[in-house]
Amino acid sequence: MSGIFRRSGISSKTGMIKTRSLSYSYCAEGKIQFTDLTIQTGEQFLLLGESGSGKTTLVHLLGGLLRSQQGTIEVHGTDITKLSESALDRFRGQHYGFIFQRNHLISALSVEKNLLMAPFLAGLKQDKERVAEVLNQLGIGVKQHAAIRELSLGQAQRVAIARAILNKPSVILADEPTSALDDKNCDRVSDLLMSIAEQNKATLVIATHDQRLKNKIKNLIQL
Amino acid sequence: MNLLSLVVSYLKAKPLNTLLNIVLLALGIAVITILLLFSNQLKEKISDNTKGIDLVVGAKGSPLQLILCNIFHIDFPTGNIKLYEADRLAKHRLVKSAIPLALGDSYQNFRIIGTNRQYMELYKAELASGDWWNADMEVVVGDNAAKLLQLKEGDKFESSHGLTKEGSAHEAHPFLVKGILKKTSSVIDNLIFTNIFSIWSVHDEHDGEKHTADSMSNPSRLVPSVESSDSTKEITSLLIKYRNPIAALQLPRYINSQTSMQAASPSFEAARLFSILGVGVEAMTGFAYVIIFISALSIFIALYNSLKERQYDLAIMRSMGASKSKLFMTTLMEGTTLTFLGSIIGLALGHGVLYLFTALVEESQKTGISAMIFYVEEVYLLVGSIVLGIICSLIPAFQAYRTDIHKVLAGN
Repeated sequence: MSGIFRRSGISSKTGMIKTRSLSYSYCAEGKIQFTDLTIQTGEQFLLLGESGSGKTTLVHLLGGLLRSQQGTIEVHGTDITKLSESALDRFRGQHYGFIFQRNHLISALSVEKNLLMAPFLAGLKQDKERVAEVLNQLGIGVKQHAAIRELSLGQAQRVAIARAILNKPSVILADEPTSALDDKNCDRVSDLLMSIAEQNKATLVIATHDQRLKNKIKNLIQL
Repeated sequence: MNLLSLVVSYLKAKPLNTLLNIVLLALGIAVITILLLFSNQLKEKISDNTKGIDLVVGAKGSPLQLILCNIFHIDFPTGNIKLYEADRLAKHRLVKSAIPLALGDSYQNFRIIGTNRQYMELYKAELASGDWWNADMEVVVGDNAAKLLQLKEGDKFESSHGLTKEGSAHEAHPFLVKGILKKTSSVIDNLIFTNIFSIWSVHDEHDGEKHTADSMSNPSRLVPSVESSDSTKEITSLLIKYRNPIAALQLPRYINSQTSMQAASPSFEAARLFSILGVGVEAMTGFAYVIIFISALSIFIALYNSLKERQYDLAIMRSMGASKSKLFMTTLMEGTTLTFLGSIIGLALGHGVLYLFTALVEESQKTGISAMIFYVEEVYLLVGSIVLGIICSLIPAFQAYRTDIHKVLAGN
């Protein structure tokens, strides 16, 4: 665990993710003010809102992909708005798993190498058995050595999920993971995400405008 | 996974682009390598071959021709000089030593040189087998000439007139091989040696009226078997070593103005020859640098373009914990991997082409140029091309460094 982590103390079992008076503005007039969030460890939350409501902005702020301008974001007791650039990079690698609408797999690499990028970039041990384990868990164990272009859309999405959970992150952030999928696949992906998060005891936050997910996740934050 | 394997995967993902970039650079590096090997070795050969010879004296004509003919044995003689005139010069107080040369015959394109043993000492020639020539019509053969002509001790051959294959054969006067020389990597490897009298007797219709030394009143200093006053005898040239530095100032001027002969300095003419060749070498080198520049440009464009396609890769790598500087390094490594491979292949190609050239072209073997010599400049080429790789990937690397992950990942 990083030094920053220890300094701030793992005091708060009270909130895995806690935001206070968070706001972001892209231009002078368009300021988005976010309501304060408190999400407990292992909870599953839905951020629901129309396009342009700031869902992606909030997910990126929570994930440290975007620097906040005002307010604090506390993740596992660490205020990530106070972290230096490189400390934030490390923190991201070790605590987060991201899933985006498009899978963003690196097409030059095989499935296995795509997955191994996660521990490599996070500075963790690269374990091929863990890769096989996660792929099997997602039902695509046979694709371990396949090239990315050989995958179907659904398989690619599952590889992206596998990559996000490989490092056993404490927080899984998903941005519109289902909006490009039909009903059947939407069901499968959301079920998969929820069960995987549960198995890994990870906090899951899904940002979406997809109303189909409303029935599945009860904790709702409307933007 | 590591950065290198990521970079290699990226390069493999676009095999044609990668091939083009590597081939372009390799071509430029190969041309430079060949020129480097060629001109360096040529310079070494020239200085090796002119060592111990301060001045070449021959018939009037082109001084460069005189040097090319009498030292490097590639051009034709400028004409003959009278032996008695050469003799007089050999006795000059500023001359330490003078070696006579008589050219004019050849065997299968290999020149037969009439001279004395001093010439062999000049090049530190040693016998590999057999013995030195003693009597007339006996020869000693240089290493490479013996190999290519398949001559060995005791063989006989008939020379032909002139320095090319087409000359008419001197059937009445066969030469006898007495010895074979060790390899010296100098010009004498490709020559056949005999005494001067043999060259004369091949050409004289009424064969040698040879005298024994004691029957002569005043034997020639250069060719002791004839009278120094014999006005019929001619030689091709005289290789002179100065007695002291003053000779360098006085002797050439004296010869050129006071005698019917011409003096040429090997070092001066070699330098002049090199400056003439230098124009060609420079033009080729310039051409090679243009190719290298184009390859650098091509690598830059390839990296720059691929950044657009890879912005999602870069952003997702950042989201997985990669620092900005890691992305910077990745792009830099991609450029340098290309130039490193290009220059390694280029160096190998340069040596390879020269090796094929020396193996296939018989004339090139006479020059003694080898493809298996390595110069420190090649290390500079290698280092230089890695620096080149850094330079042409610097801007793309900086772009990668500045990737705005939020914008890329948010803007579908």
